[in-house]
Amino acid sequence: MSPERIKELLHLLEENGNLKPKTIASMMDLPEEEISQTIARLEKERVIVKYPALINWNKVEDHGNVRAMIEVKVTPQRDVGFDDIAARIYKFPEVKSVYLMSGAYDLSVVIEGKSLQDVALFVSQKLATIDPVISTATHFILKKYKHDGVIFDEDEEDKRMIITP
Amino acid sequence: MRHQTQTSTKSRLSQTIQSIPPSGIRRFFDLASAMDDVISMGVGEPDFVTPWNVREASIFSMERGYTTYTSNSGLPELRAEITAYLADEFRLNYDPEQEIIVTVGASEAIDLALRAILDPGDEVLVVEPCYVSYDPVVRLAGGVPVTVPTYQDQDFKVTPEDLASKITSRTKAVIFCFPNNPTGSIMTRQELEAIAAVIESHDLLVIADEIYAELTYDTRHVSLCNLPQMRDRTVMISGFSKAFAMTGWRIGYACGPQDIIQAMIKIHQYTMLCAPIMGQKAAIEALKNGREEKDKMVESYRQRRNYIVRAFREIGLDCHQPQGAFYAFPSIRSTGLSSTEFAEQLILEEKVAVVPGNVFGESGEGYIRCTYAISLEQLEQALERIDRFLHRRV
Ligand SMILES: Cc1ncc(COP(=O)(O)O)c(C=O)c1O
Repeated sequence: MSPERIKELLHLLEENGNLKPKTIASMMDLPEEEISQTIARLEKERVIVKYPALINWNKVEDHGNVRAMIEVKVTPQRDVGFDDIAARIYKFPEVKSVYLMSGAYDLSVVIEGKSLQDVALFVSQKLATIDPVISTATHFILKKYKHDGVIFDEDEEDKRMIITP
Repeated sequence: MRHQTQTSTKSRLSQTIQSIPPSGIRRFFDLASAMDDVISMGVGEPDFVTPWNVREASIFSMERGYTTYTSNSGLPELRAEITAYLADEFRLNYDPEQEIIVTVGASEAIDLALRAILDPGDEVLVVEPCYVSYDPVVRLAGGVPVTVPTYQDQDFKVTPEDLASKITSRTKAVIFCFPNNPTGSIMTRQELEAIAAVIESHDLLVIADEIYAELTYDTRHVSLCNLPQMRDRTVMISGFSKAFAMTGWRIGYACGPQDIIQAMIKIHQYTMLCAPIMGQKAAIEALKNGREEKDKMVESYRQRRNYIVRAFREIGLDCHQPQGAFYAFPSIRSTGLSSTEFAEQLILEEKVAVVPGNVFGESGEGYIRCTYAISLEQLEQALERIDRFLHRRV
């Protein structure tokens, strides 16, 4: 499959991880076999990493979890740069994502906990105490409007009317 | 509503309007709107909302007070953008000052073009199956529509022989639409060359409705006006409704030789004055910054086109490959039902709304038009329901 078509396949799956190979085969006008094999290969190469569902937890009662985005400044270390520090941070299960950033701070870390206290405690006891960490600034996330291109409260009603002709 | 007794004694409605039958699609839509849980493959517009940057540009223009009339032929900036766009995308060259008019949808452009060229009794060849407005609008302009049917075994393309066989001394023009609504068929350059010869030798004009030009899935659209010998005899009509998902904005346009376009502007200035400025502002943004989004929508239609054609064939319906627009036009002859019977029974039994092919002209009998501008989930469900419907009939 050409790189262009692989991109097309990945876009389809990124949009809807539930699509069956047969449906994708129809949409791309290719044999089902070829689609299944390509997907298997992409999974093996970890181009396709996982098929999670995108959940709007705001709608679930008592989900109770709190998220915070933490700006972390660190001293990079010889030879390994930021990668080792990042690994020490991302291995905590409380840490949901870690990005290396350009600009005023180095790592952007998203943490999830059961309460504000929980998160604050994690930052002060686990994160701030890592040796190369110079400083942290915690921002609690109050509401999620859009995530990875998906608007959570989007009105999806079909507004097309019945018309003639 | 209470009906008042008519007080005048003369016939109130013109002969012309009385000769035009009510629209054939209406009845199905009335059926569909009375039911819940209907999957409608009947609509003729994109399932995308106009891209946000376009909506935002229009809001911004209103905030700044652009709420006025525009020049009759459209905002100069929009005319310049359209002609530049046509040059980029289709290698068409039109003078933004003299050879283009911005209209209230392609619909108005069709009306203006016909009124600008027809005298009472002039015949217009209407290539069918086609968009339902051509026949009535020809009549309203005083013309006489003459049907030129196309057939599935020729991929619903119009041939020089078919055209020639309908030409008389009264024939003034031809009107057609490629990529076609409802068949999705297109014309290649070679096929256009072939009909161009007939058009030229009989000195005819052409109204080429190319509103689906951007929505082609296997090859790039060739405009009739790409043929040098056709440019001076053709009014090319297009608009923003389909490719840019802007049906509600009501912005279309026509390009053509100066004399015809200027005549169209004459009618337009007295009957319409101008197209709405909010829509024109939005259209400028669509052309400046909306092409990438347009390409994404085209890609999505292509995927759904591929899906629906394969799915129809798998459930045993003979479906020709539509190469443009967003309609599939499968044959339902194998069921022994007429198009109307099929569509009526399908909606009553399985709650899937499709449009019977005969609405688009007699040559559409034996087919149904199914829009695939609906979500993939809906497509899958609709095909399942149609499959069930077919199973009960064998
Ligand atoms: C072939 C064809 N021409 C013209 C139109 C009308 O387009 P507009 O919205 O620009 O008036 C349509 C709409 O369905 C169409 O299918």
